[in-house]
This record gives sequence, structure tokens and C-alpha cells, in this order.
Amino acid sequence: MPRYLWLRIVVVLAVIVASVILVSPRDWRGQPRQPINLGLDLQGGIHLVLGVDLDKGIENVLDRMAGDLRTALQRKGIGAQVTRQGRAGLTVQLASAQAFPDAQRALADFTEFDTRAQDAAAGRIELALKEKVITDRRNSFVDQGLKVIRNRVDQFGVAEPTIQKQGDNRILVQLPGVQDPARAKALIGKTAVLEFKLVDDQVDPTRSEGVPAGTEVLYGRRVDTRTKTETRVPYAVRKETLLTGDLISDASVRVSDVGEPYVSVTFDSVGARLFGEVTEKNVGKSLAIVLDGNVHSAPVIRERIPSGQAQISGGFTFEEASDLAIVLRTGALQAPVQVLEERTVGPSLGADSIRKGVISTLAGALAVFLFMVIYYRLSGAIADLALVLNLLILLAAMAWFQATLTLPGIAGIVLTIGMAVDTNILIFERIREEFRLGKTVRAAIDAGFRRAFTTVIDTHVTVVVSGAILYQFGTGPVKGFAVSLMIGIVASLFTAVFFTRVVFDLIYMGRRRLQTLSI
Amino acid sequence: MLQILVNTHFDFVRWRRWAYLISGVAIALSLAHIAYQGGLRYGIDFAGGTLMQIRFEQPITVNALRQALGRVQAGESVIQEFGDAQEYLIRVPVGSGSLDDISKRVDGGLRQAGLPGFEVRRLEFVGPQVGRDLQWDAVQAVLWGMAGILVYTAFRFDFKGGVAAILALMHDVIISVGAMSLAHREMSLPVLAALLTIVGFSINDTIVTFDRIRENRGRGLRKGETLADVINAAINQTLSRTVLTSLTVFLVVAVLFVFGGEVLRDFAFVLLVGVVVGTYSTIFVAAPIVLDWEAWSQRRQPGGKKAVVKVGAGR
Repeated sequence: MPRYLWLRIVVVLAVIVASVILVSPRDWRGQPRQPINLGLDLQGGIHLVLGVDLDKGIENVLDRMAGDLRTALQRKGIGAQVTRQGRAGLTVQLASAQAFPDAQRALADFTEFDTRAQDAAAGRIELALKEKVITDRRNSFVDQGLKVIRNRVDQFGVAEPTIQKQGDNRILVQLPGVQDPARAKALIGKTAVLEFKLVDDQVDPTRSEGVPAGTEVLYGRRVDTRTKTETRVPYAVRKETLLTGDLISDASVRVSDVGEPYVSVTFDSVGARLFGEVTEKNVGKSLAIVLDGNVHSAPVIRERIPSGQAQISGGFTFEEASDLAIVLRTGALQAPVQVLEERTVGPSLGADSIRKGVISTLAGALAVFLFMVIYYRLSGAIADLALVLNLLILLAAMAWFQATLTLPGIAGIVLTIGMAVDTNILIFERIREEFRLGKTVRAAIDAGFRRAFTTVIDTHVTVVVSGAILYQFGTGPVKGFAVSLMIGIVASLFTAVFFTRVVFDLIYMGRRRLQTLSI
Repeated sequence: MLQILVNTHFDFVRWRRWAYLISGVAIALSLAHIAYQGGLRYGIDFAGGTLMQIRFEQPITVNALRQALGRVQAGESVIQEFGDAQEYLIRVPVGSGSLDDISKRVDGGLRQAGLPGFEVRRLEFVGPQVGRDLQWDAVQAVLWGMAGILVYTAFRFDFKGGVAAILALMHDVIISVGAMSLAHREMSLPVLAALLTIVGFSINDTIVTFDRIRENRGRGLRKGETLADVINAAINQTLSRTVLTSLTVFLVVAVLFVFGGEVLRDFAFVLLVGVVVGTYSTIFVAAPIVLDWEAWSQRRQPGGKKAVVKVGAGR
């Protein structure tokens, strides 16, 4: 046997061995493993595309800064109203125009702002957030969101989640095998801004003429423990935020004496000091605990609380309490998110799809196998062997690239079966043709492979081109289809050309006078 | 040796006028039907909206389901049997509320109506923004796919060959989409994937035939041989291969159509049509266009090699 043939046989064997190792369901220690990742459509789970509301995020930043400004002015004894104006500005209206120079000096510390307009006589200053600050913040919102969501998912406990930035302001979240998609979604999408505000006892929140400036009406829900009915309860609260969730160092679920779960919150050192001050100054008043604009509870402050511990109760189920603890621990989203796309697949549908996929693959392969053997006899059997090798390499390559197998991906595999034999048919038809022209078996095989080759390359390039474009523009499952199609087609170059040639050479080698060819 | 279509001598290019007519009618019919329907029927991937796939423990009727949904004002939704009478797709158009809201309403409606137990197997929500993005991506994908193939074929053959191949390809895509519209099937992401697969696959036959035309022309024309003869010979020589490979792909796609389940049925349908149309267009459309174009451009060069072409073998 010539040396080149030996070499080729070694190459083929090496590829087979490597592929088998890659797709084997056990690793070298004999531990079971999953060689190929299954897509959400096959194993069930939830796929979410979240849009980060950057404009709202900037508004939140401004609202927070308005509070900071107000506090800074108050410290200097300057009374002022600070309101957000438009998307990037704040208006400071002083209580008395005399304080204008002092206010100007105090505001100079806030370097994030440019002064847009000022009116000393009216005691009004208009501030605009600097462009660069806006750009920086907008850029950071998505990254911050990614981090927070990743932490929440980790604490929720999902195996192999995907959390990625998509485009400028989108976040892709894929959670395989999640049993309760609604709960997972609520957990991930919660903005989780926690604020502590004083309840304004002087104001009746239900009164028809509205509440005075500096006070707003927020709602809470109360669940009747016996009838399980929910009612909305209005609260009149002071607008200033006394404390926020940023200052929380830990949150955990506890169960009260009456068996009702609540969330215990621990402030960090700064938060604990502030909480102590707030509770000391407001003994006898109610402190509303507001999460994302909803009042969870509004307990009366009985005494100063120095420990930096607070309790949030509010008719939670255990799950709700534990999810709340997670979002409080992982922090708030600086910019809220909304669901732009959601796809949830139940596990039974996934199992169904796998079953149908396997049946189609086997049936498709069987049909092609039979056809090839009937039509091309021995050569057809060789092509079938090449096809089996093709499937093996395809799966191995998917395992190697850690590609994800989806239902359209399975369709891609089935299609590959049909297309991969194309190459062999092309070559065999050419061999037959050459043979009819009166060439010897060897010469016909040689000419067939050689002449068909350029055509084979052409057909492969076009499929790969359209596959690559499909991959580029396709989403989710369609990407899976493009991947399996491309890998299968490239693998068929090796199996249908290289491998079949080796087998042909092995069979017909040295038999120069051979007159018949099983093709 | 089992053989089909070997040593054939069909005069394919002679029938090309008929082929142009048939193709023209098919394309016109496709476009007219799409226009008549007021555009393609888009699935929620492109139109946006909410989709629920629900499997009941026992078969129920569409009417029972519609009544149940009517009670919770989800009556404007489209209800479609999915596979058998136990499984249904409920689609609610975009703007009818959030996914949670809709799924809660549907859930409540089905329970109140006393329908058999059920399981929600799939829930999909595509917002209008994402739907528009996906539409744009789809258009880009098809155009770039064709552009890529045009560049490659123009590079491998010549500009005329490239254009003829692309025309044949557009022919295949339009008729496949038209067939989809006629069969009341929806444009979805998998269907788009199928269309692009047709783009990649149906060009194959064309390339094989073009390769052969070039090979035959490279040998030089024999005395009395016209370009039409060369093209005919090339089509005939590659005929068995063209038909056989289309047959194998057709076989597996038919298997997918039958066994692949509802989710893949539209995908398989488009491929079935595309494979057949693609094979036809290779033989009857792509190569004849090259012939007519060559003949036309040679006629425009006075004193050119008129004798070589003699278009249409007598027509």
C-alpha cells in the first residue's frame, strides 16, 4: 500500500477517534456528562429580551440628585424647592431671593451640572446635567443591569444561565429548565428601588382636593388573611426620601411569631447611623417602606432604632419574601427594564420536540441510505458510511464549539443528510460518465473525483455563504439551524471527498485490469 | 447498474419560451395572491403579539375554546388547532396587554369554562419593537444572502452567469413565498431560514450546470455546434445528478414535513416547494437566460459571431 494512503487512513482514524471522544456521554473518568447543550426549545425554559429604559434611568438619577441638592441647601439653612425639568435639567427655586449668593456657592460643589440660566431677583437657578455625565451614565446603565441581573439569577439558582448584552440597550436572559417563568421574570425585571419615606399624618390621602406640595399619594396592598382578597390602600407620604436601599448590606427572610414571613434588612454603617437619626427624630410617626413606588408597610416608629435593622412585612408568601430579599441584596436597577420579547417553552414540549427530531433524523437518514445503496450499490454503501461519519463529525464539532442544539438545528442536521450526499452523487455520476466513455475503472475514479472537485467547492461555498448570513441575522433557534448546516456542509467536504476516496482506493487499489465497478 | 436519465438528449432550451411563460404566470400569481391578501401573513415573530400553545388532557372543539376565551375578552384572538384536537395555538394581537395579563386572563377563562385540564406548553411574546427589528433583519438576510451569492457566481463564472443565477434564485424565492401565501401559511423565523436555505441550495444545481457549460465551451465548439447545443448538452449531462440530489433533499424534507411536528411543518413546506421549483428553474430558467442574453448581446455587435449562436435551435 502506498505511503500516502497510509497517511490518509491515519488521518481518517484520528478524526473518528477524536469525534467519538467529543460526543461520548461520559468523560475520561467515566463520569456522565452532557456533550451537547440543548437549546431552550428542547429542554424547556425561558428566553427574555429586556430593554433598558435609559431615559428613565437618567430621570431617576436627576430625581436622586434633586434630593441631594435639597439636603445640601438645607444644611446651609437655605430653603428651596428642587424639581426635575425635562429630561436633563433641575430647577432650584429658593424660598427667599436673598439666599441667592449662598445657594450659588453651595451648588458649585455639584460639578455634574452646568448652570443653564439664573435669575437672582426671582431666586431661581436652572441646572442642566453635563452631556458627558449623561453619556457615561447611559453607558453604565446596561452594564449595571447585567451585573445586578446576573447576581439575582445566581441567587435564584439557575444552572447555566445566559445573560448577555444585546445591541446598545438590550439584555438577553436565557434560563434553561426554569419551572416558574412568571416568578423568574418578576425577580429579574424588578427595579427594586427601596425608599423610606415619612407618612404625612396631617393629610387625608383620599381627600378630593388633592394633597399639598411636598406630599404625594402612594398605594399599598393589604391582603385579608381569611378571605384572601386584596385591597389597595392609599398613603399620603412626604416626598423626601430619608433612606434608600443603596445603604443595605444584607437582607434575609425571617418568619414572625404568627408564622408570617417577612424580610429583615440590615443597613451598612452609614445607613445604620442615618436610620438611627431618622427614627430618633420621628418617634410616634409612621415610616412608609416603599418599593418601586408601592408601599409595602408603614409601621409606626416607637423608639430610636440604633441597630440598623428594619423589617419589611406586608402579607408575603414565603416565595415573595425570599425573592424580595434577593432583589434587596443584589441592589436596584439604576434604569428600569421592560420585557421586549419573551419565549417560554414547557419541558413536555421540549421532550416532544426531541422525540420528533430524533424520529425525523432517523427516518431521513434511512430513506437516503436505502436510496444510495439501491442506486449505487457498493459505492452507495460507501457514501452511506461517509454520511454516518459526517453526522458523527457534525455532532463532535457542535460539542467542540459548545454550540447549542435547537429544534431548527435538528432540521439543519436532517437537511445536511440530504445535502451531504449531493457531493457523492456528483462524484459518482461523473465516474459513471467517464466509465461510459470507455475509461478503465481506475482512470474513471481518478477523473470522476478530479473533475467533480471544482463543482463540489462551488456548491459548498454557496451553502456556507447563505449559512453565514443566516447566522449573522438570525436569532436564537435560527442561529442553531445555521450552525448545524454550516458545520455539516464543511464536514461533508472531508467525508464525501477525502474519506470516500480513501475507501475507493483501498478497494480498487492495485487492480488495474478491473473491468467492473459497483457504482 | 440502476440508472435514470442517462444519455438523454432533451432539447431543453427549445422549450424555454414556454418555461418563461409558466414561470412568469407563477410569479404573477404569487405576487397577485400576496397583494390580494394585503401582504404576507406574518407570525408573531414579525408582527409582534402573544402566543400560547395549550394542550388539553382530552380533545375539545375550537368553538368550546372560543367561547371560553370570549368570556374573558380574549375573543379577538386567533385560535388554531395544532396537530390534533387536544392542542391549540391561541394568538393575541399586539397591544392587547402584557403577557402576564393575557396569560392570566386565558388561564382564568379556561378554568371557568370547565374545560378539561390543560398545560401551557409554550408562551411567546414579541413586542412591536422587536418584531420590527426582526423584520428588518429578515429583509437584510435575504438581500445579503443573494448579494453574497451574486458576488461569488459572478466571480466564478461571469457577470451574465451571476445575474442569470440570481434571477433564477429570485424566481424560486418568490414562488416559494407565493405557495406559502396560497397555502395560508405564515412567515416566521423558521420559514425565513427555509427561504435562505433555498437560496443556498437551489443555486447549487445552477452552478453545477454552469460549471458544465463552461467546461464544454472550454473545449471549443465543434463544427455546426451552437451555444444552444452546448447548453443543452450540459443540462443533459448533469440532468441525472440534478434530479438525484434534489430527490435526496426532497426525501429528507418530506420526512421532516411528516414526522418533524407542527413547529417545523411550515419550514418543511417551504423547502418542499423550493426544492422542486429550484430544480425546475435550473433546467428551464437559469441556463436559457444565459443563452438569450449571449444571443442578444452578440446581435448587438454587427458582424459578430452570428453563426455560432443561431438561437433557439429553430424556433
